[in-house]
Amino acid sequence: MAKTLGPVKRKFSPWTDPSAVPFIRFENITKRFGDFTAVDNLTLDIYEREFFSLLGPSGCGKTTLMRMLAGFEEPTEGRILLQGKDISGVPPYRRPTNMMFQSYALFPHMTVEKNIAFGLQQDKLPKGEIAARVEEMLKLVKLEQFAKRKPNQLSGGQRQRVALARSLAKRPQVLLLDEPLGALDKKLREETQFELMDIQHTLGLTFLIVTHDQEEAMTVSDRIAVMDKGVIVQVATPAEIYEAPNSRYVADFIGDINIFEGTVTTTESALGAPGKVTIDCDGIAVAVEQGCQAVSGDKVAFAVRPEKVRISPDQPADTSVNAVHGEVWDIGYLGDFSVFLVKLADDRIVRAAQANVSRLVDRPITFGDMVWLHWPLDAGLVLTR
Amino acid sequence: MKSSRFDATVLTLGFAFLYIPIIILVVYSFNASRLVTVWGGFSLHWYQTMWSNEGLMDAAWVTARVGVISATIGTVLGTLAALTLVRFSRFPGRMLFSGMIYAPLVMPEVITGLSMLLLFVAVGVDRGFWTVIIAHTTFTMCYVAIVVQSRLLTFDRSLEEAALDLGCPPVKTFFTITLPLIFPAVVAGWMLAFTLSLDDLVISSFTTGPGATTLPIKIYSQVRLGVTPEINAICTILIGLVTIGVIIASISTKRAELRRQQDEHLAVGRGAT
Amino acid sequence: MAAVSEARSDENASPFRWLVVVLPYVWLLLFFVAPFLIILKISLSDTAISQPPYTPLFQGFGALSDFLAQLDFENYLFLTDDPLYIQSYLSSLRIAFISTVLLLLIGYPIALAMARAPLAIRPTLVMLVILPFWTSFLIRVYAWIGILKPDGLLTLLLHSIGLLGPEDQVQIFRTDYAVFVGIVYSYLPFMVLPLYSALEKMDNSLIEAANDLGCPPLKAFWRITFPLSLPGVIAGSMICFIPITGEFVIPDLLGGADTLMIGKTLWTEFFGNRDWPLASSVAVILLIMLVVPIMIFQNQQKKVA
Repeated sequence: MAKTLGPVKRKFSPWTDPSAVPFIRFENITKRFGDFTAVDNLTLDIYEREFFSLLGPSGCGKTTLMRMLAGFEEPTEGRILLQGKDISGVPPYRRPTNMMFQSYALFPHMTVEKNIAFGLQQDKLPKGEIAARVEEMLKLVKLEQFAKRKPNQLSGGQRQRVALARSLAKRPQVLLLDEPLGALDKKLREETQFELMDIQHTLGLTFLIVTHDQEEAMTVSDRIAVMDKGVIVQVATPAEIYEAPNSRYVADFIGDINIFEGTVTTTESALGAPGKVTIDCDGIAVAVEQGCQAVSGDKVAFAVRPEKVRISPDQPADTSVNAVHGEVWDIGYLGDFSVFLVKLADDRIVRAAQANVSRLVDRPITFGDMVWLHWPLDAGLVLTR
Repeated sequence: MKSSRFDATVLTLGFAFLYIPIIILVVYSFNASRLVTVWGGFSLHWYQTMWSNEGLMDAAWVTARVGVISATIGTVLGTLAALTLVRFSRFPGRMLFSGMIYAPLVMPEVITGLSMLLLFVAVGVDRGFWTVIIAHTTFTMCYVAIVVQSRLLTFDRSLEEAALDLGCPPVKTFFTITLPLIFPAVVAGWMLAFTLSLDDLVISSFTTGPGATTLPIKIYSQVRLGVTPEINAICTILIGLVTIGVIIASISTKRAELRRQQDEHLAVGRGAT
Repeated sequence: MAAVSEARSDENASPFRWLVVVLPYVWLLLFFVAPFLIILKISLSDTAISQPPYTPLFQGFGALSDFLAQLDFENYLFLTDDPLYIQSYLSSLRIAFISTVLLLLIGYPIALAMARAPLAIRPTLVMLVILPFWTSFLIRVYAWIGILKPDGLLTLLLHSIGLLGPEDQVQIFRTDYAVFVGIVYSYLPFMVLPLYSALEKMDNSLIEAANDLGCPPLKAFWRITFPLSLPGVIAGSMICFIPITGEFVIPDLLGGADTLMIGKTLWTEFFGNRDWPLASSVAVILLIMLVVPIMIFQNQQKKVA
């Protein structure tokens, strides 16, 4: 499925290769704080040179997982392997990982230069080498002229770069980024996302990023692990996560989606194999050409993204597509898109998004209009979890 | 703005109440007359008598040494205690520990002094210079702990984690990152400890022995005999020293504040890249 | 996530790390807790004629049963027999209570005025309140002797403005009034600062909101400002009340022979009569009286921290 979905950034998918050895392996990791289970029996493989995201709401355990890799927390159960070696009990100052902190954690009493050199000094490198490496890092993040400044003499964006340079200076095998862009404004954040990808690509390092921002995760990652309550719900590429979420939770967490609960009425093929499935959602019959892990009579959810739902005043000619009839209840104008909220006869709301392709549209559809919503058989999803 | 006039009156009266007695005391230290109520003209006579009063000078020297030594030990222990309070959430007897830190702050001095004395007698230690130091260290460390604790509570722990993450071992991290950043609070704690030690009469009286008469004990024994301008003179010198210290401290915090504001201008001025 | 990241584990603990806890802990156990146990023990022992003036404290742990057998409450019974002690306790509590109320009445307007002052001058005002605290307690009490003496400066002042006849003198020195003046003067910074920090934190828009909702200023003070400053009131009152109860210097230097305060009684019992067991039981009872206020104070401090 991965091959057919979405634009591929680069030919890089070690996770599909069964012989590939994971670079980092979380093996049945559990972490408890008193009665609270932050991470619950979690297993995850991350490969070399991968840009990997841990995505989830606050409290889902993503930060704890990262802190265990950095060595600030020890797992209650399970073990963490780095290049096949168990790193339990290795203190943070002896691990080949470096972290970029959410607050940046720049040492306020040291200049930018000294901050970047700090890690190198710990390794007792010769002075000349440290100076050269600091120079190189300053150049990488384009802060050469700020070397002698103290952190509080820098803007937020500049501090972020210093933090990045400091964590990269030791050339860690894995760079951990804890909400690295959370403190930046939207525009700067988007720019920086691309810079991060660039740097990762140039240096050929493994990046592990923790974020609650789904757009950020979608933009930068090779793969995303969506987490909830200490477990991983789905690990997949951004395109798969968006187009083929494996559960109601993932579908709902990433992007906008219409979800209806229903019961499977007929399945055309065997479990899991492609084929047409029809579902009865409280009186509305929908068909999906996807196949699913369900047999007739099973309770499932049907989901379709708003941008895949077309809206028209007339009933679609092609009767094989899914179609529902309703009244336009509200319209949200977002500039690039307009979202139509259509109320069905039974008061359920279905959302349809339409790109505003031309500048001056004399809107054919407005509040109170009776409209048809329709979508092809391959647009929707069956969610069994 | 009726309320602001009320506020101004209140503040004027309040500060007058706080400062007039001290000002009178200072002024009368320069009085040529021995009588408090009679102004006999300006004179430094009492400073001369004070200077040649060997007992008083000895006591001042003892007090200074007690102050420096006990404030220093108290600052080390108090800083450790603050770290314990803030950084160790669970260890046996944590409740007892925080109780032991807060209780001496309000404990009547007669109780602390008496109990200390009985301890020294029970273990058979001769009272003197070092018993006073132990007693002063014990109560001043609690004040230091409170001062340093409030700084540590706002300390961003990810700074220490960043140092560890960059390969710096814990003890080195404490000395290169934590200590330099909390140092102003540690200094403030030391100054507080020193002043408290300098001031103390009751606990010193209980724990002192022959040859370790502190200045407050000396002053107290003379005051009981009546007001003498000589005492005014030494009090004036103490007040002067404290005032200079406080002024220097406040100027340096003002400077730091100014520098911080300039830095912020610099950060905003060059803008985001 | 906040709850999780705060619950950091101390698993990276090295033996060195525990030294941080052990050093101050052991120090305080040795020099703060142990003395209290000794005081308790001595208060329960007989007055002996030997030097030091009490029976030996503890002869090995085997003597524990002996120790229990020796316990006697004679000293405490003696305290109830002699009205001097009961009166001292009651008088201490009375003086501490009245002083605390006076301090609140005087300190609250000052703290409020400071909190309402322009932001720019507030640090200066705080410094002005703290400055006297840095000067010696003893010196500040001493300063009042010269003022309050019958032939002191207050008499002189009243003579010169004609409020007092030339033959009359102000008879405050060596009375309870002088003690109140001295206490209020000495403890005022301790009352003002907690009150100020509680009042200063308050958002002025709360008062504006109350006014906006039709609540007149004075009523707004009682309904909004005062209730919100209660933590400061409690903290300030406890910080003053507890040490005042055991105060020695002020009643000794400013009070009269009839000014009974337990700190002074204890001092006399100890340095004058050299009755250590009795002094110890006086201290133990004082401590028991103060347990409740101390607990209130500690709870307050924990909430702040």
